Amino acid sequence: MAYSDKVIDHYSNPRNVGTLDKAKTNVGTGLVGAPECGDVMRLQIEVDENQVITDAKFKTFGCGSAIASSSLATEWLKGKTVDEALAIDNMDIVEELALPPVKIHCSVLAEDAIKSAINDYRVKNGLPALELASSHH
Amino acid sequence: MLTLPIYLDNNATTPLDPRVLDAMLPYMTKMFGNAASRNHAFGWQAEEAVDYAREQIASLINCSPKEIIFTSGATESDNLAIKGVFEMYASKGNHIITATTEHKAVLDTCKHIEKLGGKVTYLHVNEEGLIDLQELEAAITDKTILISLMYANNEVGVIQPVREISRIAKKHGVLFFTDGTQAVGKIPVDVEADGIDIMAFSAHKMYGPKGVGAMYVRRKNPRVKVTAQMDGGGHERGMRSGTLNVPGIVGLGKACELAKQEMESDTARISAMRNRLEKELLTIEESYVNGSREHRLPHVSNISFKYVEGEGLMMGVKDLAVSSGSACTSASLEPSYVLKALGLSDDLAHSSLRFGLSRFTTDEEVDYAINHVKEAVSKLREMSPLWEMFKEGIDLNSIEWAEH
Repeated sequence: MAYSDKVIDHYSNPRNVGTLDKAKTNVGTGLVGAPECGDVMRLQIEVDENQVITDAKFKTFGCGSAIASSSLATEWLKGKTVDEALAIDNMDIVEELALPPVKIHCSVLAEDAIKSAINDYRVKNGLPALELASSHH
Repeated sequence: MLTLPIYLDNNATTPLDPRVLDAMLPYMTKMFGNAASRNHAFGWQAEEAVDYAREQIASLINCSPKEIIFTSGATESDNLAIKGVFEMYASKGNHIITATTEHKAVLDTCKHIEKLGGKVTYLHVNEEGLIDLQELEAAITDKTILISLMYANNEVGVIQPVREISRIAKKHGVLFFTDGTQAVGKIPVDVEADGIDIMAFSAHKMYGPKGVGAMYVRRKNPRVKVTAQMDGGGHERGMRSGTLNVPGIVGLGKACELAKQEMESDTARISAMRNRLEKELLTIEESYVNGSREHRLPHVSNISFKYVEGEGLMMGVKDLAVSSGSACTSASLEPSYVLKALGLSDDLAHSSLRFGLSRFTTDEEVDYAINHVKEAVSKLREMSPLWEMFKEGIDLNSIEWAEH
């Protein structure tokens, strides 16, 4: 199976690889997937007082599509408000990266990682956690 | 001059040796006869070529040319051996013993046998990939008709104790079939000394063409028969009908002849390169060889690079053609069943690469591969949350992972 040019680009030049200080209250961390499944994504967001995501970082253990999905997600997150970030759908990632059907789970994981990071941020700041839509699974 | 990508997937298939191609070519054009045509020169020529190939093959595995049955490849030979014995020896029993690390061509055939009402015992292997001989003997019942255990494994290259297995089979009057696909032409295989009753093998794993293979079927002590699985002209002593693939058979014969001549020198050179590759790659932190290193084919190395996912790693080593135990594309997301049978955890199985060298592999290619893999592993670990946790001393088993 051949990878799309965009997947190869994100894999070869991943954006925003790194780690934010998870102890900070304005940093939300999402860790999703499992080593047994061959995919683990950690996605982090840093949010300012206006609910705008000023920074996003990821680290991913997984195939090229998983790495590309999380790299793309961090690119999209920066500059968005938390509410706007919640609207990112896994199918947007599928479309942008031209993921084949067998790789759709990579985009689902990236969406889960975004939501999980936002929830971590919300809980840290006294907001109730949002229910994660697991309809894709 | 180094040409990229570098082919290191020789357990999947090998390139055709140019000398094999040269031997085959005349049988595709001028000498196109049907080996079963008994009444003209075209047929005689083809038959002669087939007979010569039988001798070349027989000489490699130390059997009589009459004991060679030509097939389309090892998968067909596996099917024919197991299903053919199951039918032929139905009055004696219906129990087959095999192992969990066998090739799918054997395992799926055994599943088929179970659907037909047969009983199959799947032996487990230890962490080295070897079966337990006592367990094998204990599994034999008065209904056992066949022991089907591969000579050498396709994923990790582990060689089973074939002689001990055949001794047990003989003691209990059970036939011993071995899938020799990865072993024949690579290491000395002697059906007499090894006590093999039936063996499957293929041309394209030993520098021959695709689409042709053979089955060795013992004619004496005991005389073994298998029921044909394809009806037709009764070729190959009635065990395998169908017009013989003469150019393919000539290619298989030539490949066997070359293997016999060059095995010793090939093995010395290839194993030295494999050992160097392995030694260098093991300098990478948290890397492990899968399967026995002692009882192993000389050209294979299966290594797990912990905290890096195999498919991602394959994309990182884009200049190398290798295989991974990770099957991220499959619907189940299940990694290699062979590595799991060796007791590897799923994450280590997902982190594996299989390197298979050949007689055409060069030192220069090995050097390139070593550096390429080292760089890719290092780059991917920089990106891996698991590596970061490991470096921080976090026990990954202490984390409650959200399975998906």
